[in-house]
Amino acid sequence: MNAHLRWRKFVSHFMLTMTGVCAFVAVSVLFFILGYLVFHGGTSINWNFFTKLPAPVGESGGGMANAIVGSAKLLLIAALIGVPVGFFGAIYLAEFSGGTVAFIVRYAADLLNGVPSIVIGIFAYSLVVLPFKHFSTLAGGFALGLMMIPITLRSTEEFLRAVPRALREGAMALGASKSRTIATVIVPAAYRGILTAILLAFARVAGETAPLLFTAFGNRFWSTGWGQPTASLPVMIFTYAISPYDDWHRQAWAAGLVLLCLILVFNIVARGILARGIAVPRA
Amino acid sequence: MHASVRPAVTVNITPNIGSGAVSQATPTALPLRMTISKVNFFYGSKQVLFDVSLGIATNKVTALIGPSGCGKSTLLRTLNRMHETVRNARLEGEILLDGQNILAQDVTQLRRRVGMVFQRPNPFPKSIFDNVAYGLRVNGTKLPLAEAVEKSLRHAALWDEVKDHLHKSAYELSGGQQQRLCIARALAVEPEMLLLDEPCSALDPISTAKIEELLVQLKELCTIVTVTHNMQQAARISDFTAFLLIGQLIEFSPTPQLFTTPADPRTEAYITGRFG
Repeated sequence: MNAHLRWRKFVSHFMLTMTGVCAFVAVSVLFFILGYLVFHGGTSINWNFFTKLPAPVGESGGGMANAIVGSAKLLLIAALIGVPVGFFGAIYLAEFSGGTVAFIVRYAADLLNGVPSIVIGIFAYSLVVLPFKHFSTLAGGFALGLMMIPITLRSTEEFLRAVPRALREGAMALGASKSRTIATVIVPAAYRGILTAILLAFARVAGETAPLLFTAFGNRFWSTGWGQPTASLPVMIFTYAISPYDDWHRQAWAAGLVLLCLILVFNIVARGILARGIAVPRA
Repeated sequence: MHASVRPAVTVNITPNIGSGAVSQATPTALPLRMTISKVNFFYGSKQVLFDVSLGIATNKVTALIGPSGCGKSTLLRTLNRMHETVRNARLEGEILLDGQNILAQDVTQLRRRVGMVFQRPNPFPKSIFDNVAYGLRVNGTKLPLAEAVEKSLRHAALWDEVKDHLHKSAYELSGGQQQRLCIARALAVEPEMLLLDEPCSALDPISTAKIEELLVQLKELCTIVTVTHNMQQAARISDFTAFLLIGQLIEFSPTPQLFTTPADPRTEAYITGRFG
């Protein structure tokens, strides 16, 4: 009996330690990556990194200004495609569609969400790059935009559905039409959730590399227009990391650090929006 | 159908009630704001109202009482066609507002004329001012908003409590204040009728007393129909009371009469607390 009890206590302590260690590993990975990036790339982050073009091979220094601007341009196009399609699609799903249509669209969106990003890249390549015979910012943004659609659509729909029925009825009982109710009551009641969803979708695609490899391609110089190939932070990390130069390796770490910080900021802002302001009380 | 804007349709206020007894001593010459005749109502294949007919007297308070599931809320929601927000809901029969069939009217126009206050306060996530102004804006009013908002808040006996923070969120008000805000919001578009679906069921006794007092005053402005679970409340505030049971109108009489000398044994059983 005593031995049995000791065994039980041992198992209990063992399992407790195991779960604790696993939880610790889960959080420490993030801090480990962050620390590693700061250690290797921190020294390369300076004013030049944000303002200068990449230096030619053999020269040290230079920066990634073109990649930072390029990433911003790509995200802008992605937003112009992903946000409206996802947002209005979600309104249709949550407010107008019947059971079957909603089921099919939702299912398709979940599948699209699961499509590997490299496949999205090939799709954008054959749809935008091949006809124009040119890698372009537009093609890269298009690929990222496609990836944003299902994320925006599904989470926006969830937030719209969470708006209490009582608010809809309240507006309609005052003589508001359905579209008016959606525009003036339902979307305002859900806007913080929707904004959060959009920011998280941004954070998700900001770090995508695969779909950009053969759409936006890359560029050592300023991209002159939307129809030209452009540098972007993730692709820059990829090319610099596989290069044989030490200085480029350091810059790749630095770019990784900048990208990670950017995504962290998106996440923190998103959480801030969700936590603040007037929340509609749940019934 | 009628040329005048508000024809005083005068009908016997007590309809023929198939199963129940017809009360005596019924006022016969009151102008009616609304006439409900032979209303049958279905959710899918399930019938929840059977041949309900009654008249709603102008500038009076009519209370609908009955046990849970008797169809009183459903009946109320047909009066401004809120039942249409539910899929598979079907209405048969005729409901006349000022002599005109509500089913043939534009629904948004109808809901402006027949306002509604719900069981739980449901202010919009906007400021107090914007909540009251909502209906006015939706209906494209030409009136100066600030004046109209003040007037409605005064009618709802809320003005003195909120006049210094009109631009605060409506959610900062207490439950009772929120419900009076919802009444003010409904009054802002100057409806001819106000429907209330158990407006006090989520409120404390003091807030309830305030709203009851308010309803009695408001009948000067518009015709009121209220659903209530609380028989004492019906007795305190209403002029007429309709008792429903499993989708049928059992008895419809002036309130004092229904509560003192009910004509139907089932009414008596209910008001004396033998069921429900």
